[in-house]
Amino acid sequence: MKILVPVKRVVDYNVKIRVKADGSGVDLANVKMSMNPFDEIAVEEALRLKEAGKATEVIVVTIGPAKADETLRTGLAMGADRGILVKTDETVEPLAVAKILAKIVAEEQPQLVIMGKQAIDDDCNQTGQMLAALLGWGQGAFASKVEMTEGAVDVTREIDGGLQTVSLKLPAVVTTDLRLNEPRYASLPNIIKAKKKEVAVKSPADYGVDISPRLEVLKTTEPAKRKAGVKVGSVVELVGKLKEAGVL
Amino acid sequence: MTILLLAETAGDAIAPATAKALTAAKEIGGPIHVLIVGPGLKGAAEQAAKLAGVEKVLVAEDASLDHVLAETVAALIVSLAGAYDVIIAPSTSATKNVLPRVAALLDVMQVSDIIKVVSADTFERPIYAGNAIQTVRAKDAKKVITVRTTAFAAAPEGEAAPIEAISAPADPGVSAFKSEELAKSERPELTSARIILSGGRALGSAENFQKVLDPVATRLNAAIGASRAAVDAGYAPNDLQVGQTGKAVAPDLYIAAGISGAIQHLAGMKDSKVIVAINKDEEAPIFQVADFGLVADLFTALPELEAELVKIGR
Repeated sequence: MKILVPVKRVVDYNVKIRVKADGSGVDLANVKMSMNPFDEIAVEEALRLKEAGKATEVIVVTIGPAKADETLRTGLAMGADRGILVKTDETVEPLAVAKILAKIVAEEQPQLVIMGKQAIDDDCNQTGQMLAALLGWGQGAFASKVEMTEGAVDVTREIDGGLQTVSLKLPAVVTTDLRLNEPRYASLPNIIKAKKKEVAVKSPADYGVDISPRLEVLKTTEPAKRKAGVKVGSVVELVGKLKEAGVL
Repeated sequence: MTILLLAETAGDAIAPATAKALTAAKEIGGPIHVLIVGPGLKGAAEQAAKLAGVEKVLVAEDASLDHVLAETVAALIVSLAGAYDVIIAPSTSATKNVLPRVAALLDVMQVSDIIKVVSADTFERPIYAGNAIQTVRAKDAKKVITVRTTAFAAAPEGEAAPIEAISAPADPGVSAFKSEELAKSERPELTSARIILSGGRALGSAENFQKVLDPVATRLNAAIGASRAAVDAGYAPNDLQVGQTGKAVAPDLYIAAGISGAIQHLAGMKDSKVIVAINKDEEAPIFQVADFGLVADLFTALPELEAELVKIGR
């Protein structure tokens, strides 16, 4: 069984981003980029399934600029077998990403697609669900546990109020939540080995997908800032202030 | 513009998130139909019918829709979609699962988590954990939208609208519900609570998390929340997580105890009316957003707070 793991190159989660003064977007020049944290969890889960003998091959795929090759190499250094880079400098929205992935699925025939529930740049939380829709597959979104069974996968999902377990017929799409696993670090020898692993370079046009955006971004602005507050010296003073503020 | 609002329910009742999404729907403008999905939700349907601005309530009680499975609920919404220009829902774990599936089936790019309706096709939404706000115009003829409920007030009650029973299309048969573990709590629900007391990694253990936070939360009739660090460490269950990838909350009073204030946490609570931070580390970033900061060990400050609340009769 093959597992396909889509990954995204995003601003590192530790970076405090800056909004450009002219409202044209977020300043990405000279900013540290990393694999989307949820996608690292997805790679890890796929590798664990392979190591447990449930999968035979793990393919990482990314859609982005030439530099997104680094993100693929991160996945390959963790242990994925090969990569696909769908190269474009355009912003590709979740719907178009899902369409390209659906075409790759048709070619590669994986039984499972595991991907992050959300990218920490656009915070959309859509692509996995959209991919499942386009393929007519079941979806296990926000997974905290993935268990392969006969011809199916049981996915425990983080939902409002607790956990829900669904059983999905294979093939299926799983999107990862934070508690699914703790991703491994790639060892230095594996990082070197990853440089030699196969990466196929494609373009959105190779898959016949129109990636023109459906959402027009009119502007990007800073959020309203909270006013700096005051430090209180004691619990008694705190309670007094809260009464004054009318919240107690 | 005719609008279909997918309701969030809690037992056989309407969740407060639904009335907030209704406010966003009204700002978009047009007749609004509310869709209730799942068996045994007649009470919820009656509540929805009483919300001001609802023209009609549709109730689909097929067993296949139970537990809001994405595959069946999306198939139902798509079967209804021809009559609607906008499909909208409060942003909850259930709708985040369902609506993108609907959007893709309709070949529409969804607008997630809107915080403002600028016009019928233009919306503001947070990106980068709320560190930037994007204004986007949705060019698709149909719109599929989820609403960040902390940004909208709940719609009031009005005259009762008619309720119509509908049935769901055939189950696509690719998924099945197996089991559910829901936390039982006497406390207010996190996303609609007036006061939230949140704990971080400084609590040190699951036992402390409960022992130290519970008495104060009970005194305040507060919901309990948690930082990602506390959830990852196993001190608190996942559904208490407040932040970029957890729940977005905006109570009147948010008390962060032993939470350092990573941007990912701030993303989920910085719209709270009054924020209190209690932290030993005076350099903790949480103090930059707190209205009232107390540099103190939470293990002494919280029992003191409880005693002080008793004194003032809370």
